[in-house]
Amino acid sequence: MTVDEIAVLGAGMHQWGKFPGKSFVDLGVHAAKEALGDSGVEWEEIEFISGANTVRNGYPGWVSASTFANALGFQGCQLASSYAACASGVTALSIARAQILSGICDVALVVGADQVAKGMFAPVPGERPNDVDWLRFRLIGLSNPAYFGMFARRRMALYGDSQDDFAAVKVKNSNHGAQNPNARYAKSFTIDDVNASPVVADPLRLLEICSTSDGGAALVVSSLDYAKKKGIKNPVKISGISTVSPVYPNAIIDMPYFASDSWAISGDGSHTFKNQIAQHAYREAEITPADLDFAEVYDLSSAYELDWYEHIGLCEPGEARNILHDGDTTIGGRIPVNPSGGLGAFGEAIPAQAIAQVCELTWQLRGEADGRQVENAKIGMSINYGMFGHGSSVIARK
Amino acid sequence: MAKIRVPAVDGMFTMDFNNPRLIGGRGITSRSYYFPKDLSGADPMCVNDEKREEVYLSPEAQIWSYTSADYPPALPYQIKEPFEPFLICAAQLSEENLVICGQMMPGIDINDLEVGLDVKLALDVLYEDDKHEYIVWKWDLA
Repeated sequence: MTVDEIAVLGAGMHQWGKFPGKSFVDLGVHAAKEALGDSGVEWEEIEFISGANTVRNGYPGWVSASTFANALGFQGCQLASSYAACASGVTALSIARAQILSGICDVALVVGADQVAKGMFAPVPGERPNDVDWLRFRLIGLSNPAYFGMFARRRMALYGDSQDDFAAVKVKNSNHGAQNPNARYAKSFTIDDVNASPVVADPLRLLEICSTSDGGAALVVSSLDYAKKKGIKNPVKISGISTVSPVYPNAIIDMPYFASDSWAISGDGSHTFKNQIAQHAYREAEITPADLDFAEVYDLSSAYELDWYEHIGLCEPGEARNILHDGDTTIGGRIPVNPSGGLGAFGEAIPAQAIAQVCELTWQLRGEADGRQVENAKIGMSINYGMFGHGSSVIARK
Repeated sequence: MAKIRVPAVDGMFTMDFNNPRLIGGRGITSRSYYFPKDLSGADPMCVNDEKREEVYLSPEAQIWSYTSADYPPALPYQIKEPFEPFLICAAQLSEENLVICGQMMPGIDINDLEVGLDVKLALDVLYEDDKHEYIVWKWDLA
């Protein structure tokens, strides 16, 4: 499979945090202007906006592309608004890529932003006994951290991981994030700090579970020809995008389901969607895990980051803690993971998060990640997973 | 007067307190098991099935993983004040090769749990109002 590349001309973010005085529109517009400024493309030149929706900010959030376009000033460009839970940002990017590669437009703006209430995510209100997302809360009290706790406990049973192994992921990511001006938390935490925080979902503690955040991120992307015409030499290129669905049967429970698929017929009790997401991106980019110089993975919890090492092929199942403790995944190591600080340092702003991951890929590949630069970064991967079964992964190269 | 016991949701489990069973589905074409019967994702082999067969799933299982809920879950979870932390277990049904989550019965200590341990299905009160007790399935030590 060969898929043509597109260029990333600009990346921009609004810092992650809690900004009760600002709306998601303010955060998205801030990020969009940063990305436009970074790209040298004027707003009037943008031919297409791909918006990643937020479902927690009313109607304007469900039509995010027109909301952002209106805030920047309607200039008649084409629009698409999409939602795919945590995968929304990459879904929006994939739509922009399709428009560019099909020749419908040359240059596009991808934007996502969120503003959320403090505390754990809750399902959409109402009585909906036909919605598994509603049922998991009503019948079991199965909140997102409960999944993270079960995945972590499963690692302890299968591979002998310890709570200190998980805490060490948080320590690493907090050290990375302390060098990132867009991160929410600037503090470097120690194992003792992590262990002093209260248990939320055994074996995980408060400092190991990503918080809900406000934030905004944007990208200006174009055809390679457009970049050349603009005089931009050697832009960062997107060489693979995965937006795949799972392949039945998913033997590992994923949010928001409270039961796995049955593997009575397939016989494979380890088959999981999260192993499949990266594979499509690798095929499009025609590379293997050994070609990666760094990765941005969705560390919804400390232990979850270790799962991703194995899902994207950085090591064999069960070996994640070894490459963590060997320093491989720390900046300066063989394959730094979450040089941005990851969700551990950012928290999660759902429609912006996958775009923020690609912003970090861009800055690392340009050598502009001051204080947290991965040396000689030539190829990077981002990966996450949107609830209900939306895959999301991007491979970018220098 | 004793409160009336009603299922917290219809059609997902039997109300037989001595031998409760989860009500699952089975694909006509592929014979895959499903839980909940009509809300879990379909086997693509069954795309032309008009409906799923109803089956009672085995009440015996082994712990696949477990965790605690030390903070109150969001609505629509119904919280009894003051909030009491509880345990959650994902249990693997050996015959159906299906993992199903449920709360653990109250009074079990997390240190008594272990991946692979035998558990069995039970029914318990999830929440109540003046007239009713709303019942749900939970897992209990076998």
